[in-house]
Amino acid sequence: MDWAAFRLSVQLGVTTLVFLIPLSIALGRLLAVRRFPGHDVVEAVVALPLILPPTVLGFYLLVAFGGRSWIGSAFSSLTGGTLAFSFEGLVLASMLVNLPFAVQPIQRAFEAVPREVREAAACCGMTWWRALAAIELPLAWPGIATAVVLTFAHTLGEFGVVLMVGGSIPGETRTLSIAIYDRVQAFDDRGAGIMAATLLAMATVALALTTRLTRRLGGRHG
Amino acid sequence: MAERAGLEVSVADTRPVRLDVQLRCGPDEVLAIFGPSGSGKTTLLRCVAGLHRPAQARVVCDGIVWADTAGGQWLPVRRRRVGFVFQEYALFPHLTARGNVMAALGAGSASARRADAARWLAAVHLTGLENRVPASLSGGQRQRVAIARALARDPQVLLLDEPFAAVDRALRARLHRELEQIRRAVRIPVLLVTHDFEDVVRLSTHVVVLDEGRVAAAGPIAALTSRGDLPWERYGLGAGSVFDAEVRRVDVVRGLAELAAGGAVFIVPREGLAEGSCVRVRVPAKEVILATRPPEGLSLHNVLPGRVAEVGGGERHPLVRLAIGGVHLLAEVTSDAVERLQIRAGASVYALIKSVAIEIHGRDDDHNGHAVADAHAGGPPPA
Repeated sequence: MDWAAFRLSVQLGVTTLVFLIPLSIALGRLLAVRRFPGHDVVEAVVALPLILPPTVLGFYLLVAFGGRSWIGSAFSSLTGGTLAFSFEGLVLASMLVNLPFAVQPIQRAFEAVPREVREAAACCGMTWWRALAAIELPLAWPGIATAVVLTFAHTLGEFGVVLMVGGSIPGETRTLSIAIYDRVQAFDDRGAGIMAATLLAMATVALALTTRLTRRLGGRHG
Repeated sequence: MAERAGLEVSVADTRPVRLDVQLRCGPDEVLAIFGPSGSGKTTLLRCVAGLHRPAQARVVCDGIVWADTAGGQWLPVRRRRVGFVFQEYALFPHLTARGNVMAALGAGSASARRADAARWLAAVHLTGLENRVPASLSGGQRQRVAIARALARDPQVLLLDEPFAAVDRALRARLHRELEQIRRAVRIPVLLVTHDFEDVVRLSTHVVVLDEGRVAAAGPIAALTSRGDLPWERYGLGAGSVFDAEVRRVDVVRGLAELAAGGAVFIVPREGLAEGSCVRVRVPAKEVILATRPPEGLSLHNVLPGRVAEVGGGERHPLVRLAIGGVHLLAEVTSDAVERLQIRAGASVYALIKSVAIEIHGRDDDHNGHAVADAHAGGPPPA
């Protein structure tokens, strides 16, 4: 078992959640309750990572992270480091890859809150923030929890984009799924097996949790 | 306490439905907004609450301008003190009955809000069910939570959007009675949107009939329902005058009661009537027979002398408006009868009505209105 890789995977998963979930709550709610020009385009872009080959996404990210792009140069002038082949780059890539897994369940959850319920909160004199905290988020929480579980599990398992953007630098960008690949390349079937079983177990638990939470969301308004 | 000037509304819009309405509602009035679906009733209510922003609006409540699109003023929903009871109640599904009411109580310590919520729930007869979530309450109980939540807001106006659409007939009569008591206790303008005329008859003091976004007719319920020139059939209704009467005497032996209204006395079966109480009465136009001389040898209890005020053109048959003392009744008769009996404005006639044909709404059985008055008195002062 490559503990450094395990720790890095968990760290990447948690960091991705910290930045991605608030963003997805804002975006998911916006898509759920507002109709605006370009609504469908935004929805399509959010869903894109679902069908795009990871290598394609990874390639464009690598280009974007490079010193010649404005993103890459802005990042190096701000931090002195580079986005490509670094943990920070992995986090950014991971957020993009996980966009559909986070935004879609949250959007569905906000869509399931009847318009009248949001209006009733306003009629009760609640401010926008209080209505969000006291009414909308508690009602949407199974969707948010699903997003958390899916994003975390998916981050642990992401291979293609991580390899393209991060390579396999121990302690910096070598996550568990990359470590498995490395072990197999080195004919270490036992090492690969233990790590693969760990990921399998985590994915199973994640799916079981998601199913449960989804059922709870479906049953609430029935 | 703010000045009790009532509510003044003027809205005009083309979307989502065409709307061009002006109305007023005083602090002791229940204004029923009646009309077929798609006539703009709910949109009108949403404009008052601030949930829909029409092209043009002027809404003034107790002297405070809530909306004045000409002057660029638009108070957001949460700044308008409205009690809104939604059609499907829109309770917060994750909160208990108590939590739902507390949500409308705003600032204040949690313990004070808990106590206030308990008072409001007691006022709508839900004591003991404070910890239930909406999903485990019956339709009628949910409606009561919705009303308690609306009142807990300490509203300047109560807006009811089809509040009885989701409950069955039997329960409806009971909820009518409770709502009537509540509105007497809170004394704020009430706008009641409904497509069910029974709600109108039972609860309203004034009526606005909306037809394709315009006010087709408006006025106090007694005056409006005595109009012979309205296309009642178009509204899906039979014509019939509505008025308030006092139960003057109950004759247990004969099984009858005397109702007094505007100097006229009507004899009706006594069931459920208590001496001294007030009731809503409706006399269907097709149940009123006209005679030029007092008839003899009939089983009829009600032979009322009156004067013809107007002969209106009903869609099928003429509607004759009679003044019986201060009460106006409509009688639906044939053109032939009008000719034969020479019924003209000013003519003296007798109105013949079977006692059982007189509809009595809202028999007073209990007096739970006091509970609401108590909850209101103990509530937090208006912000």
